[in-house]
Formats: sequence, C-alpha cells, structure tokens
Amino acid sequence: MVASSSSLKLQDLIQEIREAKTQAQEREVIQKECAHIRASFRDGDPLHRHRQLTKLLYVHLLGYPAHFGQMECLKLIASPRFTDKRVGYLGAMLLLDERQDAHLLITNSIKNDLSQGIQAVQGLALCTLSATGSAEMCRDLATEVEKLLLQPSAYVRKKAVLTAVHMIRKAPELSDIFLPPCAQLLHEHHHGILLGTITLITELCERSPAALKHFRKMVPQLVHILRTVVTTGYSKEHSISGVSDPFLQVQILRLLRILGRNHEESSETMNDLLAQVATNTDTSRNAGNAVLFETVLTIMDIRSAAGLRVLAVNILGRFLLNTDRNIRYVALTSLLRLVQSDHSAVQRHRPTVVECLREPDGSLSRRALELSLALVNSSNVQAMIQELQGFLESCPPDLQADCASGILLAAERFAPTKRWHIDTTLRVLTTAGTHVRDDAVASLTQLIGGAQELHAYSVRRLYSALAEDISQQPLVQAATWCIGEYGDLLLEGSCEETEPLQVEEEEVLALLERVLQSHMSLPATRGYALTALVKLSTRLRGDKSCLDVELQQRAVEYNTLFQKYDHMRAAILEKIPLVERGGSQVDEEAKESKETAQLSEAAPVPTEPQASKLLDLLDLLDGPSGDAQHPRPLDPTPGSALIHLLNLPCAPPPPAPIPNLKVFEREGLQLDLSFVRPPGTPTLLLITVTATNTSGGDVTHFICQAAVPKSFQLQLQAPSGDTVPAQGGLPMTQLLRILNPKKAPLRLKLRLTYNHFGQSVQEIFEVNNLPVEAWQ
Amino acid sequence: MIKFFLMVNKQGQTRLSKYYEHVEINKRTLLETEVIKSCLSRSNEQCSFIEYKDFKLIYRQYAALFIVVGVNDTENEMAIYEFIHNFVEVLDDYFSRVSELDVSFFSAVNQVFHSTWQRTG
Repeated sequence: MVASSSSLKLQDLIQEIREAKTQAQEREVIQKECAHIRASFRDGDPLHRHRQLTKLLYVHLLGYPAHFGQMECLKLIASPRFTDKRVGYLGAMLLLDERQDAHLLITNSIKNDLSQGIQAVQGLALCTLSATGSAEMCRDLATEVEKLLLQPSAYVRKKAVLTAVHMIRKAPELSDIFLPPCAQLLHEHHHGILLGTITLITELCERSPAALKHFRKMVPQLVHILRTVVTTGYSKEHSISGVSDPFLQVQILRLLRILGRNHEESSETMNDLLAQVATNTDTSRNAGNAVLFETVLTIMDIRSAAGLRVLAVNILGRFLLNTDRNIRYVALTSLLRLVQSDHSAVQRHRPTVVECLREPDGSLSRRALELSLALVNSSNVQAMIQELQGFLESCPPDLQADCASGILLAAERFAPTKRWHIDTTLRVLTTAGTHVRDDAVASLTQLIGGAQELHAYSVRRLYSALAEDISQQPLVQAATWCIGEYGDLLLEGSCEETEPLQVEEEEVLALLERVLQSHMSLPATRGYALTALVKLSTRLRGDKSCLDVELQQRAVEYNTLFQKYDHMRAAILEKIPLVERGGSQVDEEAKESKETAQLSEAAPVPTEPQASKLLDLLDLLDGPSGDAQHPRPLDPTPGSALIHLLNLPCAPPPPAPIPNLKVFEREGLQLDLSFVRPPGTPTLLLITVTATNTSGGDVTHFICQAAVPKSFQLQLQAPSGDTVPAQGGLPMTQLLRILNPKKAPLRLKLRLTYNHFGQSVQEIFEVNNLPVEAWQ
Repeated sequence: MIKFFLMVNKQGQTRLSKYYEHVEINKRTLLETEVIKSCLSRSNEQCSFIEYKDFKLIYRQYAALFIVVGVNDTENEMAIYEFIHNFVEVLDDYFSRVSELDVSFFSAVNQVFHSTWQRTG
C-alpha cells in the first residue's frame, strides 16, 4: 500500500474513497487513513498537521468518528500561520460544538485573534464564534465584538454583525451592549451589513419589549431604506431576476411587521410603502412573488387600513389562480390564517379553494381541506359538504380521518334539516367508516333517537346499508342499534320517504346473526348485535317460542363473550347510558339473560317482594276507592319479565317538567312526588317518591306501597333505603313506573309504615290533586 | 429559522450537510434518508414545500442533486426557495459551471462559504 501516506493529499484520499466499490471497502480505506492520521498527530509534525486535519474533516463529513482531532484543532488555531488557522477554525466549527469539553479552550485563542487587527484572521475568529459560540463565550467576548462593529473594514463589520446576531440568540441579556450601534449601522450602504443589521434588530425586538419600543422610532428610517431599494433601478450586485435584493426587502418587511404589530402609529407610516411595494413588484418571477408574499403577511399582521387588507386578500386570490403550485401552497396557508379575521373576504375565493381539493399533491390538498372546512357556514353548507364528500372518496388514507371528522363537525353545526344530517352522517360512515372518531356512533344514535319522525326512515336506510356491507364497524354498530330500537318500524313495511322495502323477520335475524359471527366484528359490535337481538325478540310478532330458545342461546353466547372480554363489558354496558337510555335496562337484561340461560326460576326480581305485599295491601283496600285493582305484578317468569322490562322503551331528552306535588306531612316527615313523562313513550309515567325528615328523630323501617286502578300497570322499584335520617339528612327515594295505555285519569293510593320517635306508624291515603299532565 | 441545509444526490448520498441545531450523528443519517425519500417521491407536478414532522422542507432539484432546506414555521418559504437558487448561482460563479463532483471535492471550502451566507436567516 502507499507507504508515505502521511503526505497523502486530500484530493488523493477523496479519489481513493470514491473508487471504493462497496461500503465495506470504503470503511477499510478510511480506517487505514485514520490510523495514519492518528500516528501523525502523535508524532506532532507541525508542517503537515493542517493537511491531516483536512483529511480528517472530510472523513468526518462522511459520518465517521473524528473526535481525536479536537486537540489538533486547538493547536492549529494557536499557530501563527494563516493556513493553519483556517483549517483549525474550520475544524473547530465542525468538531468542537458546545457539548465537547475542549470547547472553552478556544475562547482565549479567539480573543487574541479578534484583537489582532488582521482582517482575515478576525473574520475567521468571528465566523467560528458565530457558528459554535456557547453562552459563556458570548458573554466573555461581547465587548470585543462590539468594538469590531465599528471597524472601518466592511468585511469585518459584516462578520461582526452576524456574530452579534448569534450572540443575542444565545445570551439575550447582551442586548444592551448591541442596542446602541444599531442606529449607526442602519446608515450603511453595504447591503450585506444592512441585512445583518436588520436581522440583529429583528432578534433584539423579538426578545425584549424595551428594544421593540426603542426601534419603533426608526420605522420612518426603515421605510426610507426599503423605498430606496425598491425604486433603485437595476443594480448588478443586488438584482435577482429583476428584483433588487429581494432578501433585503423581505427582511425589512419582516421587521416592519414586528414593529407594526398592535401599534397604530407605525402601521400608518407603513401603509403607503406597503401599497407601493405590493403594486410595483414584478410577479413574473419567483423572487417577486417572494417579496409580494412577505408584503401580504405584513399587511395581515399590522393594523392596516381596510383597503390595504382587501388588496392583500386579492393578491392571495391571484396567487391561488397561478399555475405554479408553490405559489398556490403559500396562498392557501396565508388564507387559512386570514380566515379568522376576514371571513367574508376569503369566502369570495371559495370556488378556487374547492378546486384545489382536487390536486394530486398531498401538501396542497391538505391545506385546501383545512381551508374548506374553515369556510363552511350555514349558507353554503350543502354544496360544500357535497364537495367534501366527493373528496373523501378519493383522498389518501391519512387525510381521510381528518376529512371525516371535519365533515361530521360541520354537519353538526350547520345542518339545515335532521334528515339531511342523518343522510350525511350515513354517507360518511359508508365511505370512510373505519376512520371516524369513536364518538361518531354515539352522536349518530343520539341524533336518530331525537328525531322521532325519522325513525322509520333511518332504520330503513341503515338496514339497506348494513345488508350491503358489514365490514365497517361504526356503521355496523349504528345500524344494529337502530334495528334493535326500531325494528318494528322496519317490519311494518311502508314509509313515504324511501321505496317500500319488504323486510321479513327472518331476514333481519339472519343479518344480525351474520354480524355476530363475522370475524371482522369487534367485541363492541357483537355487544350491539346481541342487544339488538334481545330487543327485537320482544317486539316481533313471530314465533315466540323459537325466539325464546334463540334468546337463550344468545344469552349463553353473551355470557361466554363477557367472560372472554370482561374488560369490554364496562365499555359496552356504559355506552348506552351515554345517550340517556336505560342503562339499568341493559343491566337487568344481562341479569335476566343469565338467568334464562340457567333455565332456573328467576332470582328475586326486584319487584317480587313488592308484589306480595301489594296483594296484602289490596286486601285492605276495599273501601270507597274500591277499584284499586290488582295491578298485574310483574310475572316472575323470565320471559315475560323481559317483555315488560323491554317494553318500556328508552327516553330521549327530557320534556316539559310537571310540577312536583307534596302529598304527606307528619311531624317533620314529608313525602313529595315528582313526575316525569318520557316523550318517547306517551303511556309511561315515572313517579319519584322522596321522603325527607326535618324532625329530631330518625325514621326507620320506612316502607311505601302504592295501588292504582285496574287499567293501569304499576311497578315499584327498590327504594334507596329504609331509613330517613333526622335533621334533614339524606332523603330516601323510590321510583314508581306506571303504564297507562288507556290514558285514563290517574288515581293513586299510598300506604306508609315506619317507626318514628319510638312509635310505629301506619298511614293510608289517596293522592289528590294529581296534575293533569300526569296522564294526558 | 433554518434548521438544516442538505445537498443529497439521487442515490441518497449526502454531499453536504449543515445543521443549525444540534442533532446526533446517528439521527442525522436517519433524517437525511427520510427527507430524501419524501423529496424523491414527488413528481414535477407537485409543489416544492413538504410538511415533515414539525417543520417544513423546501427543496429544489438541480439535475441529479437535491438541495433541501429545513425550516420552522416563521420562514417565508418563497424567500428560502429563492435563496437556494442564489446559493447555486454563487457556486456556479465560483467553480465556473459547478457540478456534483465539485461539491463533493470541495466540501471543506463549502463550509466556509456557508457560515458567511447562512446567518442572514
């Protein structure tokens, strides 16, 4: 191999590396070379040190470790030769970042070099300082740098300004030092220095409000500078495709933006200038567009005149129509920011925005989607949702989730009719079902539940959708729930809003069974399907016996499912109360199902003990209110218990309240009745009996029983307790469910037994003054 | 604020990389591969600004070389786009008809170049 590799030139090394055909070969070459370099460093050859370091730096650029070169950098920096210093500083910038311990050691060298007075050297030192200066270094050397800001050499001044910018970023407290020179630096003609100064001022203003105030006074000066730049003719040094120094223009505009934000006076000074820049810039090339974009951003941020804002929006509109996609992207981003404050102005460009939805470019379509969603309002909602749904069908999967949620949200806020809302939700679910948020199903069920007139319609639609496709989980869940609730409407056959759909019971059951068996269904979905089956079994007129058997089988499955997915149980059983449906209903169902599976006599149905006592009660009741009849106590057999339980359908949001009624008062014990008429079931009345005790003694063994006329059905649920503590303690409540199919006037008799003040009390009375709303 | 500046060729080899925030060495290669992947998969029809994690990528293709600049939200994308072109023009002037080879051979010199230019934000 090459013997004198210690003097291998960098070029040759690069050549060798490029000739390596594989990664392994390349590594070999580099390792060999590194070994030579290390040996050379150990030997301490000062003449060729810089060459070795250059090679090492190259190797570092390729990604190989080069930390052993750090000390060499220091040595090279300290050397008086310029070539050495150059390489040394370069190495320092690459190898000695802040995390290395040797970092601080270069501080002294830099200090010496800064005060040397040789431009190139000073330049190097400043460069390194600005690239890798740590906070401490900055603090130490700040005064040095400040002195250099006023040096006669433009080269040094420029570098010094850049270093100052870095220092401010690292150690903001140095802003005091750098504040005063700025004013003078603004008078520079050299664009490089000017650019650096503007950046410096921007950094200062961003970090300290005091600086901000100080520099506001300079707004006129800045305006003047910008104006000069804009109106100067072609200047060879600074022109980029016809625009003179767009970088400087952009930077000044950005600074003006910061200065004019929330400040009337400065904004006014800028108005003319901004208008001038906006209208005079040549937009045929990108450079011009860049300046125009920055102008628009500035107009949007400061307190500009209304005319100017309109101008800005129009410029953005023009951008949108441009064929260059970069410009369109930029326009969409800015319009998104504007839409909050100037909504109506942006609305004018809505058609173009919608066009952009169809772009094949991912970045553009995402922006267009966000903007379109922001532009939806009550007047254009139908058209927009139409477009968005078209987009949903064809958009890439990562955007689908956002799009679906966006559509659902917009539909919720602006839906003109309930039916349209249900339609839209349904369409979203069928198209992008797997990507919707979890609560979409819940909101759909709530929506359908609340729109009573649309029950038949929705169940029909959902059934047909389900029959086509059982793979989309949210859709399946919603559909099975709906079928469960309104299955009877489905089977009735006629409904004006869709074509007549003859559905047989077997079809419905078969479909639900398919859902259950399908391996694509989540446990939650199976839960829904089972619930639906159970509910349906009570409503269908078909063969009861076979349904009961099926029900038992299902219940066994339910059992095993629950054992397998016990953690899901809470979730499934909980979901239903979300919509204010009978959560207890499902619990009781589950209990009942289990009992059915065991095919044993029902365990104490809560109402059973009441039933027997009621019979006692009624023996006593043969007085004038004679027809206190046998309210059919709940049959202890499971099947019919289910029927009764399940026949009490669910209650959507509360109706107009019926006034409470105080029915009994004795020695501090008070009994109140409160009435609820769930609107979904006109024949049901829920009465809550509340017993409160304001006396000094507890009321114990409290039992309340009720009786109603023959045509009513009464169910007493278990009371919350049998003791009403004294002195206004926790009241006791008990729920009475009364079914009144004939809508006859309600009559209610109550019997109370309790112990109070050591005495046993028994009271029987009829409740008078029952409000009319309770039964009508 | 510019986060990084990369020159990567179509085969995925990095010709020049400058990071303005500390990124670990191994993370850098990962970053570069991902970035170049997203740039290579763009067609001519699409715009030059990509949203990547929490910053934006602005890229420009010159023959087989991609120049990619990563910026955060506050930058004017079009100005950076213009800046990339300016940089390439300077290289062109310096090397008279610059090519990828020049970039790989003179990368050390490039570094010095860089520091003077970059601070203009």
